[in-house]
Amino acid sequence: MSATDHALELDDLRLAYRVRGVDREVLRGVSLRVAPGEAYGLVGESGCGKSTAAYAIMRYLPGNGRITGGHVRIAGRDVTTLSGEELRALRARTVSMVYQDPGQALNPTIRVGPQVAEAFTVLGASRSEANDRALQMLRKVQIADPARVLHRYPHQLSGGMQQRVVIAMALASDPTLLILDEPTTGLDATVEAEVLDLVRTLRSEYGTTVLFISHNLGVIRKMCDRVGVLYAGKLVEEGPAERVFHDPRHPYTVGLLRCIPRRGAKKTARLDTIRGFLPLLGADLPTCVFVDRCGLADERCRTVEPPMIDLGDHATRCHHHERAQELPREEAAATPPAAATGDQPVLRLRNVSKTFRLAGHDVHALVDVSLDLRPGETVGLVGESGSGKTTLARAILGIHAPDDGGGIELDGAPIGATFAERSRAQVSAIQIVFQNPDSALNRRHAVRRIIGRALKKLAGLDGAEAERRILALTEAVRLTPRHLDMRPSQLSGGLKQRVAIARAFAGDPRVVVCDEPTSALDVSVQAAILNLLADLQRDRGVSYVFISHDLGVVRYLSDRIAVLYLGRLMEVGDAESVFSGPHHPYTEALLSAVPSIDGELTTRIRLEGEIPSATDPPAGCVFHTRCPRRLASGICETAEPPLVEVAPGRQMRCHIPLEELRALQGEG
Amino acid sequence: MGRYVLRRFGLAAITLVLLSMIVFLISSVLPGSVGRAILGPFADPQSVALVNEQLGLGGPLWERYFDWVGGAITLDFGDSYQYRGAPVTDFLWDALWRSAKLALLTLLLVVPLAVAGGAMAALRQGRTTDRVISLAGLTLAVTPEFVTGVVLIAVFAVGLGWFPASVPATFSSPFDELRAMVLPAVSLVAVLFGYIARMARAGTLEALAADYTRTATLKGLAWGSVLRRHVLRNALLPTIAVVATQAGYLLGGLLVTETLFNYPGIGRLVYTAAKGRDIPMMMGGVITVGAVFMLLTLLADVLSAWLNPRIRLGTARD
Repeated sequence: MSATDHALELDDLRLAYRVRGVDREVLRGVSLRVAPGEAYGLVGESGCGKSTAAYAIMRYLPGNGRITGGHVRIAGRDVTTLSGEELRALRARTVSMVYQDPGQALNPTIRVGPQVAEAFTVLGASRSEANDRALQMLRKVQIADPARVLHRYPHQLSGGMQQRVVIAMALASDPTLLILDEPTTGLDATVEAEVLDLVRTLRSEYGTTVLFISHNLGVIRKMCDRVGVLYAGKLVEEGPAERVFHDPRHPYTVGLLRCIPRRGAKKTARLDTIRGFLPLLGADLPTCVFVDRCGLADERCRTVEPPMIDLGDHATRCHHHERAQELPREEAAATPPAAATGDQPVLRLRNVSKTFRLAGHDVHALVDVSLDLRPGETVGLVGESGSGKTTLARAILGIHAPDDGGGIELDGAPIGATFAERSRAQVSAIQIVFQNPDSALNRRHAVRRIIGRALKKLAGLDGAEAERRILALTEAVRLTPRHLDMRPSQLSGGLKQRVAIARAFAGDPRVVVCDEPTSALDVSVQAAILNLLADLQRDRGVSYVFISHDLGVVRYLSDRIAVLYLGRLMEVGDAESVFSGPHHPYTEALLSAVPSIDGELTTRIRLEGEIPSATDPPAGCVFHTRCPRRLASGICETAEPPLVEVAPGRQMRCHIPLEELRALQGEG
Repeated sequence: MGRYVLRRFGLAAITLVLLSMIVFLISSVLPGSVGRAILGPFADPQSVALVNEQLGLGGPLWERYFDWVGGAITLDFGDSYQYRGAPVTDFLWDALWRSAKLALLTLLLVVPLAVAGGAMAALRQGRTTDRVISLAGLTLAVTPEFVTGVVLIAVFAVGLGWFPASVPATFSSPFDELRAMVLPAVSLVAVLFGYIARMARAGTLEALAADYTRTATLKGLAWGSVLRRHVLRNALLPTIAVVATQAGYLLGGLLVTETLFNYPGIGRLVYTAAKGRDIPMMMGGVITVGAVFMLLTLLADVLSAWLNPRIRLGTARD
């Protein structure tokens, strides 16, 4: 195969951003080749240059970005030397892109139809022809009722539908190369699975070459033939996806894989992390780019830059590739035994319902939720967006008062419905860690003041005693005293989340609600935060209500799982039995939507359509409209099953008996 | 939407009532007597007192106020003091119509100019064009109308003689009327240009940096289409809202400009009425200006909501 036969070829691509008059190198000589029809995955943590590489391929760079060396060739044509008009034609016909956050990628003021049609008119189609083809294209991306969707505005569609529209536009020109930049980040796992399936189907139909960019190794494993691991603007390892994930030969890849809770790992075994931080943009890295964070680094690594070492189909940029998997752990795996936990529940939800009135309609966000939380226990809340997870968390915190007839008890005593009605001790006892520490922390205050204020408000501490507690909390969340005088903007995402955790722990809480606390973080940082949460729980016997869309993370940290759908508990049970099955059909669908790095064969249970509106929930079992296991007898459509104890400590809301579910799911 | 508009109407009505109370109160505590103002400095005190009595200025304040309100709700603002016997409304509608013409001319001039200027500045961000437009806009915006007006009169009316310095009472032709309106309009354009251009610039910059503009560019659309269909369309949304809210500012500007150019609009009407203690005329003028102001702001909000499908259609999904 000659060089021109590659669908995409990056040849020693170098790119720099000019910041305050200095060129800062972002891509430090990236070389890779993607064969026609191949799916190539580019992975790495944020800031490693993944997206920059994608936009460099399209030659779409910010004003201060410049390709300083090397070439990008698409189907043999050098993109770096194209004229403006040639570049426009290339974007129209040869390369397309699908973006993260489809809601932003679509123009809010233009209807879907004309936006998709534009991709055809740019190819020279007449207006009516373009409209016809737009309709066909929407059908191709499996949009239900495409003729109606044409007349919708983007904001009237769900995230999954929006991404289908973007994919329809991208495939309009039947491009040679399709670049997908984190296309499912921010979407629900069930929606993600549907979008990924769609991309796979269309790829086999069109034979499109795909460059898939994601921080999610499971997604890459599922979607890609080959994978390249990018670190600090350099490709450090490359090979067939399965080889790279099962036989990694670079310490960075090894570290990344160890950060992810896999194969049913539990909080009793600490996750490994990667030491230090990503080098700053444009930092001087004369030898191995990973040397400062690598447990295997020796004198040679500091003096001789490792070349890309060919291992047959697989290549790595490490002197010690043969012992990469012997990378010493950063964190001791073993943990001391947990503090004894009592049997008396610390928090008890009794028949909590929450109804919002919205434009004259009742929205039943929570329906009769009863749940106990024992001391030192983590209950993981699981469900798609719109299932009521956040409403439940807010009811616990006293942000939303539950409807009459339900209530919340702390240590056996009822507490106020809203935090205004709760005593300081009760407010301190139930705290929260948010998803986004950026907006949760006051950016004008130094860390000392943020924690100090929480101590004053939650524990009533002042002066020297407060100062002592600030230092103790800082140490507990593994910050150093020098961080105390910094402002949130000077801290990385992981450090900010530590400050948020310290704030929540200021008043010695009994229960901490963790609402997607690691979703905005890279996996190595996520691992450190999960370790910290596990450590704090063990040392202090605190209970967590843990919300995450990442089921691997939920499984790692949770003792018990509660599955919510349309505000109702569908299944409650200890984590192991909920994950290993037999499952409620909804849980089964959620679990089979998760792409795994280990590539285990799971028969996917497809969920059709989207979560119904809580304004008008389906009659009978609320899940029957999407349930793959719906009974032929019709009972699912007419009668709502009660939540009953199907096994010790295991509750389920389903007409199908547990043993029958076991048989059904065993077959798959 | 209907409910929202209704609620806004209710609020506007309350505001108007408060406005009328305040103006009524102020007019009643103004020094000097109405009779004296009408009859002149040489009239004898008995006549002044008689006139005051005839005008019903003897009764208590609240009585006079309710008397006025009773008329005002049927759009009868009473009779003018200055022009004895003539109902205020006769003057009011005429003046309002003249002001509307001036305001319309101003907007017709300033909106395209400022939007184009702002968009151009955004597209040349940081370069000379941007600096010139932004700086000029800011300078003009902080220069009061009476300064720009005087400069305009000095140069174009007195110096070059292209336009009349003062607006005559009658016009020989519509062209003459237009010619007389040019200088007052331009002095108002000068004040409004900066605000609108600034908003258009900010809106354009935001739209240029938006993800959907990136999508449009990477779809392979020509730059012109990207600008027209994707950037400007979104950039103009906030700009239109600002233009409409500036309508209130325009009304304030009219008062000064009309007085300066002796243009017989509602601004000058209120000004001369206040000077001549013509309380019914002043009340009528102020209330009319207030009502127009609130109507314009409401229209502005409805318009920008209607232009934005996210507000117009709500976020309900299907």
